[in-house]
Amino acid sequence: MPRPDRRALLTGLAALAAWRRPAWAATVRDGAGRDVAVPATVTRVFPAGPPAAIQLYTLAPDLLLGWPRANRPEEREFLLPGIGDRPEIGRITGRGNSANLEAVLQLKPDLIVDAGSTGRTYVELAERVQGQTGIPYALLDGRFSAIPESYRILGRLTGRSARAETLATWCETAMATIRGRIAGIAPEQRPSVYYARGPRGLETGLGGSINVETLSFLGARNVADQPGSGLAQVSLEQVLAWDPEVIVTIDLAFSESGRRDPAWAGVRAVKAGRVHLSPKIPFGWVDFPPSVNRMVGLWWLAKLLYPQAFPEDIRAIARDFHTLFYQVTPSEPQLDRILAGRG
Amino acid sequence: MRPSLLRGNAIALALLALAILLAFGVGRFPVAPGDLARILWSGLSGQPSGLSPQVETVIWNIRGPRVLAALLCGAALAVAGTAFQGLFRNPLVSPDILGASSGAALGAVLGIYLSLGLFAIQLAAFAGGLLAVGAVYAVGSTIRRGDPVLVLVLTGVVVGSLLGAGIGLIKYWADPYNQLPAMTFWLLGSLAGTDRSDLVPLLGPVLAGSAVLMALRWRMNAMSLPEEEARALGLRTGPLRLAIVVAATLVTAASVAAAGIIGWVGLVVPHLARFLVGPDFSRLLPTAAVLGGGYLLVIDTLARTAGPVETPLGILTAVIGTPFFIWLLASARGGWS
Repeated sequence: MPRPDRRALLTGLAALAAWRRPAWAATVRDGAGRDVAVPATVTRVFPAGPPAAIQLYTLAPDLLLGWPRANRPEEREFLLPGIGDRPEIGRITGRGNSANLEAVLQLKPDLIVDAGSTGRTYVELAERVQGQTGIPYALLDGRFSAIPESYRILGRLTGRSARAETLATWCETAMATIRGRIAGIAPEQRPSVYYARGPRGLETGLGGSINVETLSFLGARNVADQPGSGLAQVSLEQVLAWDPEVIVTIDLAFSESGRRDPAWAGVRAVKAGRVHLSPKIPFGWVDFPPSVNRMVGLWWLAKLLYPQAFPEDIRAIARDFHTLFYQVTPSEPQLDRILAGRG
Repeated sequence: MRPSLLRGNAIALALLALAILLAFGVGRFPVAPGDLARILWSGLSGQPSGLSPQVETVIWNIRGPRVLAALLCGAALAVAGTAFQGLFRNPLVSPDILGASSGAALGAVLGIYLSLGLFAIQLAAFAGGLLAVGAVYAVGSTIRRGDPVLVLVLTGVVVGSLLGAGIGLIKYWADPYNQLPAMTFWLLGSLAGTDRSDLVPLLGPVLAGSAVLMALRWRMNAMSLPEEEARALGLRTGPLRLAIVVAATLVTAASVAAAGIIGWVGLVVPHLARFLVGPDFSRLLPTAAVLGGGYLLVIDTLARTAGPVETPLGILTAVIGTPFFIWLLASARGGWS
C-alpha cells in the first residue's frame, strides 16, 4: 500500500482551508456589537426572517436570495419584477429552523442577516449557525428607532453604503420632522388609542410591545399601556371602560364589523368615525411584519392622530416611500388600494 | 330524597346563584348594583330601564352572553367528564380522552391558518372534534382483541397525540406575527370575545347532548359495572356506549369550539360532584352540570376582572385544578364505586 505523501496531504488540506475560507475583506460590527467577517464581495444574502428580508430588499434587492415566505400575487405587484417573486426559502428562528441549514448552504449565501432582537438568544443562535455553516451571520437591531443605524450597518455589510445612507437619512428626517411637530402638542391633546388586532378586535399590544412601537413613538396614549411586551387579549367591556378616542386596526374583518356592531357603538372612536384600517400591501404599515415598512406607517399614523399638525398628502408620501424604498412607483389606482387597507 | 343529597344539591344551587349574581355584578366597566337591578328588572318586565344604552350593552350584549356561555361550557365539560369517567370506569378520564379537544383544536388552528371567518373557525373546531372522536371510535371498533373499553382509550390517546403533532405543524407554518398569537390565544381558552351570536351554536349541541346523557343516567350506573355484569343485567352495552360517546363528544366539541381549550373542568368537577352526592349517576349528572357551570363561571369572572388584560381560562383552571385534584386524591374516601 503506498504511503500517503505527507507534504501533498498538508498542501491539500491547506488548499481546502483556503477554499473554505475566502479572503475576508473586512470585519463589520453588527447591531449586537459582534464583529462579523464579510467577504470582499457579497452577492447573495440569506434573510433569516421577514423583517430582514424587507430591509434587505429595500437596500439591495438584487442580493436577496428569496423570501421567508413567498409573496402573494397582490403583493408582488408592488415589488420589483423578478425579485418580488423570488422563491420561498423559510426562516431561521430561535426555536427551530424552518430553513434547513443544508438547504441554506445549498443556496450558497455569502451572508446571513437577521433583523429583530439582538438579545443573547439570538446572538448565540447566530454564533452557532455561523460556526456550523462557515457563513457570516449578522444581526441588526430591529427596534423602530434603530432602523437608520441598521441601514448603515447593512450598507457596510453589503458594500452598499451610499444607498444605505440615503435610506437612513430619509428615515431620520421623517422621525425628526414628526418628533419636532408633536413635541409641542400638550399631553391632554394627544388622543388615547386602542390598537385592535384579530377578527373581533380584542387582541392588543401592551405598552412595551414591538407591535405598538410607532404608536409610542408618536406619543399617543396607548390605553393598554400595561407592563408587558407582547400581545394580550382583552374584553369588549374593558375597551368600553377605556373608551379610546382612536382605534387603529390591521384586521379588515374587524374594521368592518367594529363600525357596525351595536356593542362597539358606545366606544368614542366608533362614534366619531375614528376606526382606521392600516394599509398592508406589500407589507403592513403598523406592525405586520415589524420592519422598515413602518416608516411610511409613521406618517400615516401621525396624520390620523394629529391631523392639524400634519397637512401633508399621505398619497404623495406613500408614493415617494414606495418609489425610494420598494423601487416601484404605484399608479393612482394602486395607491387607492394601498390606502384602503385591503389586499 | 336523602338529607345528604338534598344538602348537596342545595349547596350546589346556592353556589351557582351566588356565582351568577357575582358575575353580573362585577367587570371592567363599572355598573352600580342599583343600575344592575334596574336593568335586570327591565329585562324581566319589558319596561325601559332609563339607563344609558352603553350600560345596557355591557349587561345584555357583553356580560350576559359571556355568563351564559361560561355556564354552558362548564356544565358541558363536567357532564361529559362524568359520563366518560363512568363509561371507562376510570377516575382519571376527562372529556378529551377520545380526542375531542385535540380534534377541535386542530380544526380551529387550521381555520386560523386559512384565515377563515370567526363562525367558520368555530365550525371547523366543532367538526374537528366530532371527526376525531369518530375516527377513534372507528379505529377502536375494528380492533377485536382485548377489552374494548381499554382499546378505545388507547386509540384515543394515540390519535390525540397525532392530532397534537398536526397542531404543532400548523403552528410552525403559521405567520409568527399574526396567526401564531391568534392560535396561542385560542389554545389557551377564553370567552373574551363571546357575543350573542355565539350562543346559538353552543346552546343547541349542549342541550341536545346533555338531554341524551340525562335520559341515560340510570343506565350509566350499570355501564360502570364490569362489561360481563352489565351484559348479565340485560344491557346492550355496544349501542349504549356509542350513544354516550356521541352525546358527550357533542357537548365537548361545542364547548371547545366556543371557548377554546379549557382543561381540568371535566376532570375535577365530576369528583367534586361525587364527593357531594355520591356515585349514583341519576344524581351525579345534574349536580356535575350545576357545579361545572358555576365553577367555570367563577373562573371566567376571575379571568375578566383580575386585570385589564384577560387571563386565559385554561391557565386558571390548571392552576386551581391541580392542587384541588391532589387534595381530592389525598382525601378520597373510596367514593368511586
